[in-house]
Amino acid sequence: MAELNQINMLAQKSASLRLAVLEMVAVAKKGHIGGAYSCIDILVALYYGGVLRFDPVNPSWPLRDRFILSKGHSGAALFAVLADLGYFDSAELTRYCCNGGILGGHPDRKVPGIEADTGSLGHGLGIGAGMALAAKMDGAEGRVFVLVGDGECNEGSVWEALVFAARHRLSNLTLIIDRNRQCVLDFTEECAPLDPLAERLAAFGWDVAEVDGHSFQELLSTFEQKPSTRPRAIVANTIKGKGVSYMEKVLKWHHSVPNVEELAIARAELTAKTQA
Amino acid sequence: MKPEVMRDILIDEIYKRMKANDRIFFLSADFGSPALDRLREDFPERFINVGIAEQNLISVAAGLGLEGFTVFAYAIAPFLSMRAFEQIRISLALMAQTREVNVNLIGVGAGLSYDVTGPTHHCLEDIALMRLLPNVNVVSPADSSFMGDIASYAISDSKPCYIRLDGKALPRVYPSGSEPQFSDGFGQLRAGKKICLISTGYMTHIALQVADALSKEGCSIGLVDVFLLKNLNTSKLKTELNNYEILVTLEEGFIWRGGLDSLVSSLTMSSKTPKPVYPLGFDDKYIFEVGDRKHLHEVAGLGVDRIVEKIKSLNC
Repeated sequence: MAELNQINMLAQKSASLRLAVLEMVAVAKKGHIGGAYSCIDILVALYYGGVLRFDPVNPSWPLRDRFILSKGHSGAALFAVLADLGYFDSAELTRYCCNGGILGGHPDRKVPGIEADTGSLGHGLGIGAGMALAAKMDGAEGRVFVLVGDGECNEGSVWEALVFAARHRLSNLTLIIDRNRQCVLDFTEECAPLDPLAERLAAFGWDVAEVDGHSFQELLSTFEQKPSTRPRAIVANTIKGKGVSYMEKVLKWHHSVPNVEELAIARAELTAKTQA
Repeated sequence: MKPEVMRDILIDEIYKRMKANDRIFFLSADFGSPALDRLREDFPERFINVGIAEQNLISVAAGLGLEGFTVFAYAIAPFLSMRAFEQIRISLALMAQTREVNVNLIGVGAGLSYDVTGPTHHCLEDIALMRLLPNVNVVSPADSSFMGDIASYAISDSKPCYIRLDGKALPRVYPSGSEPQFSDGFGQLRAGKKICLISTGYMTHIALQVADALSKEGCSIGLVDVFLLKNLNTSKLKTELNNYEILVTLEEGFIWRGGLDSLVSSLTMSSKTPKPVYPLGFDDKYIFEVGDRKHLHEVAGLGVDRIVEKIKSLNC
């Protein structure tokens, strides 16, 4: 069970990373801020909560756990995490989506710490399944974590990979679904419904947990559970735009850019949380 | 020599290498072959039938490839190259630019191999699609001569490779002992004057028939079979083609869409004395007629007699 001070530390870390993402988007005048904010607590739990094994000095350390951000449009959140951890110079964040920078709108493997080039949806889980299979063949202890968006689960390839991973009992594979219930134009249940998502995943042969994706307590206790013989799916219920009041659950914040007034409000709200 | 099915010979070659190298996987999208039974039985952990799921075939292969395994991914050519095109594009072509992804695709059923099976199974786009992708090698053999070379090439070259195989049993076009250098990517089958017919895959067998028919009429044409459609020895091929005045290409693919005709045209265009290129292949439409390959070729204007007439009209 995570200690209270650890939870507070993680919450502050999330707020400061959200601020970093805000500044990146503000400078670049582009970026998918809503989805970045819905998944950033999950990233913080994975990278700062003692879940993933990694080495920023040696990003290809063979014993590392693999993390694939399959919803690549949330790359800004992952870049902020990787920069903070020292994978690359934090100054790169100020050149997000700028000429000559290393950080584009989606993750690619020229960026230290990125395992797979993503951006087109529906690819990460199959790649992660291949990596998990490779680890099993090698007798490696490393685990593979794949974060997908819930809208991404509209892609049929996700379900092909779900079938494969269950069939091959890839117990070293963990799928996290950022269940923010929004895609670009609509709320997910209004266009291509996914519910009952947890039941569907269970029916595909996965161990399934459902958590509050903004609760470090719940995220960490789920990540800490020992794997069974089956792959594990975690449905993380989240709020798109989480952390900035006017962005939360509002469709346009999938990839809108805050104006000067909105930026000031967001800065104030997030700064308060970094000090909470 | 009796006709051989290329996929069986290639799978036997891969089998030998899997026996010696436990870092090789063979994945199939629920597609078989007599030779595959032994491979499957002897390597139960490294042979995986992913099911009828070409997209996942490529994604899983990419995951294994990124972790240092060499992978062969095997499926019916049109479904492999087109259903999973974006997976090939992103997880193989794009990723291979920054790191090793040794995934090799074996597509069976090139061109009109699956003749009576109909237009969903015809494969007239794959050469252009795969040649389009950076970092991907493309192999299109006419016979089983190079199956050992292809297996070794796919394994030793860390770039992804698309291996386009005919589905039918075919005789050899290269008599044993007279095979060209594999790395050249092409072989000269006949030396001729004025006109050179350049073909790939199954159409090399048709080209031989065309050359024989023309020869009986006193017209001697050159014949070149191209089996590496990327990363071939272009300077050597250019020198070879410079011996002729007119170039005719012959392929089971749509013409002027990036296939063999485009390869040959770009070569001659970059030479000091560009030669005219006449492309023979399929017009811009699908084939709904039912029939065997010979019939379908005739329907499409690619029967041997028609090709002979076309070449004669170039003042052979």
